[in-house]
Amino acid sequence: MSIAAPGRVEVDYAGSERLTMNMGPQHPSAHGVFRAILTLEGETVVGVDAVIGYLHRCHEKLSETLTYAQYPSIASKTDYVAAMTSEFAYVRAAEQIGKIEVPKRAQYLRVITSELQRVASHLLWLGTWCLDLGGALGGGATIFLYCIRERELILDLFESLVGARLLYGFYQVGGVRYDLPPGWAKTCRETVDLIDSRITEYERMLEDNPFFMARVQGVGYISRELAEDVGIAGPLLRGSGVNFDLRRADPYSSYDDFQFAVPVETAGDCFARYRVRMVEFRESLKIVRQALDGLPEGPISSRPGLKSVAQTRIPKGEAYARVEGARGEVGCYLIADGSAKPYRMKWRGASFSNLAVLPHIIPGHKVADVVAIMGSVDPVFGEVDR
Amino acid sequence: MTPAQARTLVSERFPAAQIEPPAEGAPVTVTVPPDQWFALARFAKDDLRCRFFSFLSAVDWKDQGLEVVARLDHLDDRVGLMMKTKLGPGVSACPSITPIFRGADWMEREAYDMFGIRFEGHPDLRRILLTDDWEGHPLLKSYAVDTPHPPYR
Repeated sequence: MSIAAPGRVEVDYAGSERLTMNMGPQHPSAHGVFRAILTLEGETVVGVDAVIGYLHRCHEKLSETLTYAQYPSIASKTDYVAAMTSEFAYVRAAEQIGKIEVPKRAQYLRVITSELQRVASHLLWLGTWCLDLGGALGGGATIFLYCIRERELILDLFESLVGARLLYGFYQVGGVRYDLPPGWAKTCRETVDLIDSRITEYERMLEDNPFFMARVQGVGYISRELAEDVGIAGPLLRGSGVNFDLRRADPYSSYDDFQFAVPVETAGDCFARYRVRMVEFRESLKIVRQALDGLPEGPISSRPGLKSVAQTRIPKGEAYARVEGARGEVGCYLIADGSAKPYRMKWRGASFSNLAVLPHIIPGHKVADVVAIMGSVDPVFGEVDR
Repeated sequence: MTPAQARTLVSERFPAAQIEPPAEGAPVTVTVPPDQWFALARFAKDDLRCRFFSFLSAVDWKDQGLEVVARLDHLDDRVGLMMKTKLGPGVSACPSITPIFRGADWMEREAYDMFGIRFEGHPDLRRILLTDDWEGHPLLKSYAVDTPHPPYR
């Protein structure tokens, strides 16, 4: 078992010179600020040193200075592409310690928003990943613009619900902040149907394209053993043959009320991860339809309106709450000391663990594959660096 | 394996371990002395088959010193294991579990970065999120939020 880093990879090379190539931190395929120091032999990567931290804001220290009412809207700045699920993990941890009930309607609203968020996040992933693969898709910008067009519809839905397009502050301890505005459910259903019909279009565009298939099949293999050892989660874990989805394994927020499939692929390559996400699109849309159908009446929060931000107090205790985000297990380990602010908060960013697998899988691939692999991991650097 | 079986197995193998009573929704929580930290991780992976490495971090309990926390999961049986070890006042050394879990590599680097814990046996212990010339370890309770850091502030 060796840790791949420059100078530590044992390779047999006959006289060829090694080249150190710097990729990032401002590389378009990095999807943020990520620097990979690649050690190359010709076109083959033999070592990777990943440099992260460019977006570090120390959310964990910050959360110790903010109350339980203030932090959820800051939590959305960790994974800013799927802000709903980051907020969710934090409020769940606080609710678990305080044994706070969440009304059924609020639970359903949480499900609807997190599933729409998953679709929006996957759309951005698909678009940008195909943009990275560029030449293989005749420019690649076509599918990117299609995906952005669909994601826009979801952002419009969020805007009419919360007032914000990307960073919401929708979740609060005990429930959610806003109820559905009139006509929202109807627009939502239309959007869901529209996106559902277009997923098939993307699949045909991509899977009928031999260049796309050549660049993603058999590239970036992650074994089940490596996946568990590093702790990668979400579509990556399921792409490596592990049937584990927190919505099924550890149901929260009424997820056991809904019928949905958990896609699992065994190939462990970029294509497997792509397939998992493509099925997840449809499953998420299915959950949104069911939640809209069964949406109960009632209050949206179990707590009275706040008179001051320090009003929410959580008793002494600790909890680790996790939700299935678009990128996998988003976890919040919270220690409360009875005051209005947490004593300690540890954020388990799904992207952080997912990215940690890169030094193990990239060596042996060509430089062009690095881009395909990195895109298939779908890291969001706000969540990696926190 | 059920959580109850996991508790029994751990208490048989580690008589000195403190195991918290079962609570709804809580993982199996085990506290061992630092010298058994590595052995517990090995036991959890090989015998309990908790092979999913979720996270590793630390907590600063001020006068009582630092505590290292790690979470593992058994993905098929859905058993969660929370491992803890108290390093004691003034102690900042802890055995590294990187040889057992490759995921501990980055997590231990982060705990070193944030708390200054020296993980003994880690192959490449250096800062991960902050720059190499950063002074201090921000998540220690003794580190004030507004600590100036030239040239930024």
